[in-house]
Amino acid sequence: MKIAVCVKEVPDPTAEKRIDPDTKRLVRSGENTLNRYDRHAIEEAVRLREGAAPGAEIAVVLVAPASASRTVDKALAQGGDRSVHLADDGLSGSDIVATSRALAAVLARDSYDLIVFGQQGSDAECYVMASAVAERLARPCVTQVAALALDGSSLKVKRQVETGYETLEVSLPAVISVSDAINEPRYPSLPAIMGAKRKPHEVLSLADVGLAAGDVGVDGSRTHVSALSKPPTRGDSVKLEDDGTAAEKILAFLVERKVVA
Amino acid sequence: MSYRPPLEDVRFLLGDVLDFDGRVTGLPGQAESTLDAVLDVLAEAGTFCANELAPLNLPGDGAGATLGPDGVSTPAGFREAWRTLVAGGWPGLTCDPEYGGSGLPHTTQVVFEEFLCATNLSFATYLTLRHGAYHALRLHGSAEQRDRLLPLLASGRVAGTMCLTEAHAGTDLGLIRTRADPDEAGGYRVSGTKVFITAGDHDLTENIVHLVLARLPGAPSGTKGISLLIVPKIAADGKRNGVTCTSLEHKMGIRASATCVLTFEDAWGELVGEPHGGMRAMFTMMNAARLSVGIHGLGLADGAYQRAVRYARVRLQGRALGGAARPDLEADPIIVHPDVRRALLRVRSQVEAGRALALWTAIELDVAHRHDDPVVRAAADDLVALMTPILKAGLTELGWEATSTALGVFGGAGYIRETGIEQYVRDARIAPIYEGTNGIQALDLVGRKLPEGAGRLLRRFFHPADAWLERQRGNPTLAEFVDPTTRAIDTLRATTLWLGERGASDREEAGAAATDYLRLFFLTASCYMWARMAAAALDPQATCTPAFREAKLASGRFYIARVLPEAGALAREITAGKASVMGFPEAAF
Ligand SMILES: Cc1cc2nc3c(=O)[nH]c(=O)nc-3n(C[C@H](O)[C@H](O)[C@H](O)COP(=O)(O)OP(=O)(O)OC[C@H]3O[C@@H](n4cnc5c(N)ncnc54)[C@H](O)[C@@H]3O)c2cc1C
Repeated sequence: MKIAVCVKEVPDPTAEKRIDPDTKRLVRSGENTLNRYDRHAIEEAVRLREGAAPGAEIAVVLVAPASASRTVDKALAQGGDRSVHLADDGLSGSDIVATSRALAAVLARDSYDLIVFGQQGSDAECYVMASAVAERLARPCVTQVAALALDGSSLKVKRQVETGYETLEVSLPAVISVSDAINEPRYPSLPAIMGAKRKPHEVLSLADVGLAAGDVGVDGSRTHVSALSKPPTRGDSVKLEDDGTAAEKILAFLVERKVVA
Repeated sequence: MSYRPPLEDVRFLLGDVLDFDGRVTGLPGQAESTLDAVLDVLAEAGTFCANELAPLNLPGDGAGATLGPDGVSTPAGFREAWRTLVAGGWPGLTCDPEYGGSGLPHTTQVVFEEFLCATNLSFATYLTLRHGAYHALRLHGSAEQRDRLLPLLASGRVAGTMCLTEAHAGTDLGLIRTRADPDEAGGYRVSGTKVFITAGDHDLTENIVHLVLARLPGAPSGTKGISLLIVPKIAADGKRNGVTCTSLEHKMGIRASATCVLTFEDAWGELVGEPHGGMRAMFTMMNAARLSVGIHGLGLADGAYQRAVRYARVRLQGRALGGAARPDLEADPIIVHPDVRRALLRVRSQVEAGRALALWTAIELDVAHRHDDPVVRAAADDLVALMTPILKAGLTELGWEATSTALGVFGGAGYIRETGIEQYVRDARIAPIYEGTNGIQALDLVGRKLPEGAGRLLRRFFHPADAWLERQRGNPTLAEFVDPTTRAIDTLRATTLWLGERGASDREEAGAAATDYLRLFFLTASCYMWARMAAAALDPQATCTPAFREAKLASGRFYIARVLPEAGALAREITAGKASVMGFPEAAF
C-alpha cells in the first residue's frame, strides 16, 4: 500500500501572526514549523502501517520553499519513509486554487492508494485543501475523519459532523482529511529524529511536475486580496471577579441571552 | 505553554558564538551531530519537557515521593513520562551507540538537562543520576560489566544511584564505614547505612544499580581505603538484594525526588575497578556530574524568569513614573516600573551569560573526550577542570538568587503555593549543597585548580581570553563590551596573583578568600562571555534576527553596567585578607 501524507510548513504558532501590509500576505520569515494538524495525519498513516497495512510506504508530500527542509525532517521523524518536496520560487503567492493544482501534480506522479491530509493549516485555517486536491485527482474524498479502519481495498470511516458522526465506506484510492481528535500523535523517537536526514528526500521543480509558471503563484491564483482590516472589537464583553457569586452571575447572563433556559 | 525552551538562544550560542559545527561536528564519531541536527533533537526534547514534565511539577511537589511496604512510589504521572522518554530513546541521548545510545555530544545533554530542570527538577534527578552511573561504569567497569549493564542504563530500563554520604561522612568521605567483605563466589557482601541517596528507590524502572563507596577488609584509613561497588536492587537471580529504603527524608524542595536512607544488609555486590580505587573513580566523573548540578541552577533560574516576565506583563499596579504607559487600563502593567525591570534584567542577563559559560565548557568537555590529538584533549580537559567548580557554584548560587528575585516580582502571590514560583525557590536551594557544597567547590578552585601545574589551568582561561580581547581592540562598536571585560580580567589576574602569593604560604588565607574568589571568577568569565556574545550579535554573518540581536545587546549592557561592578567589591573583600574572618574569637560566636 502506498500512502501520501500532505503536510504544510506554517509559522511557529506560539509567535504572533503578522500580515505584511505591502504584500498583504502572512509574514513567514520567522521560525517555521510543521503544521500541528498534520502530525495527526502522519500518526494515522503510521498506525495503518503498524496495523492493517503492514509494509505500507508513507511518503510525506509538501509544496513549500526550499528552506522548509527542517519541516520535512520533522515530518519524517514523525514516521514518514520518504519525502517529495515541490520547491520552486514560482510558487510564492499561490492561493488554494494554485496550491491544490501544484499538489495534485506532485501526487499524480505516483499511484497512491490513500492520500491523507490534516484537517486544516494552523496559519490560514482553510479546511478545504483535501477536497480541492481530491477534485483535481477525481478521487473520492472524506473530510473530518475521526476514526478509520482499513478493510481490503476500502476504508470504513467515522466522519465528524456538526450533529454527530457519519459512518461511511470509501473505496481506495481515496483522499481523506483527519480531524485532530482521531489520535494522539506520539513523540518522535530520538533515533527517528536523527534518522530523518538519512531518508530519501526528493526535491522537485515546477518543470519536474509538468507545470508552467503561470499555473501557480500569483498568476495561477484566483483570489486576490484587495484590502485588509481588523475585525470590529466586540464592545459588550463583561469581566467578572469571582467573589463567590461568579457562577450565579454567569448563569444569569446566559439565561438573559437565552443561551440556556 | 508555560515554558518556552530557549532554543533561539541555544542556536545563537552554538551557531554564532561558540562555533559548534567547527569544534564538535568535526570530532571523531560526530559527523551526524551538525548544529541543525542537534537543534532538531533539542526542539523535540524541549516540547516534551514543556508539554509533559512542566504540568507534573507542582502536583509532584504536593504529592511528593512516598514510601510504602513495596518501596518508594513517585507521584502520579512520573511513570508515564518516564515510559515515554524510554520509548523515545532519550535516556541514551549521549550514550555510546555500541551500548544502544545515540552517541550525541555531551553539549546536547547539557541543553536537555537545562530544559528538564527548568520544567521539573525532581523528575530530572532520576534521569541524571542514572546518567552518572552510566559514566562511572563506562570509565571504570570491566568489559563484562560494561556489556552487561551499560545497555540497560542507556535505555533507561534500569536506573542508577550514587551512594557516598553516610550520617557522619558527607564532605569528608574519608570517614565512611560501610563495609564490603569478599564472599566465596568472588563477589562481596555489603553492609552499612547510606543517607540522603537521591533516587535510592522508586517505581520508574525494573531495577536500580547502586554505586556504593565502601571499605574492604584491611583497607587503609581515609580516602585511600575506599572502594567502588555495584549493588543491584534486584539480584541476578531475580530476588530482592539486601538493600532497602528504610526511610524517606522530608525536604524543603525537590519533594518528588526520593531522598532515601538506604540500609545495606549483607547485600550482594561486585567490585568496580581496583580495590581501594573508589575515590579516584569518583573523581574522573566529577566534572560532568558537577556541571550537571550547575545546570539545575541555570534551568530553575530561566524557568522562574519566564514566569516572572509573563506576570509582570499582566499584573496592573500603579502608574509608570514617567506618566501612564497604558491610559486605557486601570493601571499600568508592573513591567514599566524601574525596580521590576531591574529585577528581571538581573536574572536575565546572568542567565544568558550562565548559559553561554555552560555551553562553552560543555563543548570543551566534548573536545576533551573525543578529539584525536592528545595535546588538544589535554588543553580542553584543563579548561573544563578549571571551570567545573566555578560553574557548579556560580550557576547554583544564580539559581537561588534568581528564583528568589523572580518570586519578588509576584509580590504576595509569589508566596502562595498555587502560583508555582515558591516551589522554584525551594527546589533551587539543594543545588548549592549536593555534589560537593559550594564552599567545597571554592576550596577545590583555590586549593587544587589554581596551583595545578604552576597555574597551567589558569592560563587555559587567561591566554585565549587575552588574545580574543586583543583582536577586538580596534573595533569601536565593541568597545563598550571589550573595555570593561579587559579591566575585569585584569582585576581577576591581580587578585589571583595576590591569592597565589598569600595562599601558598597561608592556607587559611586561601580558605577565607575562596568563596568570594570563585564568585569573582564567575562574574568575570560571564563578562567575557558577554563580550563574545556581543561580538557575535554584531557580526553581519550572524543568523539571529534583528529583534534578538537588539535584546541580546541590551541585556549585555545591563550586565556590564549593573552586575559586573560587584567584581570590584569582591576583589576588595578578598584582598582585605583573613584577619577579620579568623580574628573573631571562637567562643564569642
Ligand atoms: C536532597 C539531597 C540529596 C542528596 N543526594 C545525594 C546522593 O545521591 N548521594 C550522596 O552520596 N549524597 C547525597 N547527598 C548528600 C550531599 O552530597 C551532602 O549533604 C553534602 O555533600 C554535604 O555533606 P554534609 O551534609 O555531611 O555536610 P557537612 O560535610 O557536614 O558540611 C557542613 C558545612 O560545613 C562545610 N564544610 C565541611 N567541611 C569543610 C571543609 N573541609 N572546609 C570548609 N568547609 C567545610 C560545608 O561546606 C557545609 O557548609 C544529598 C543531600 C541532600 C540534602
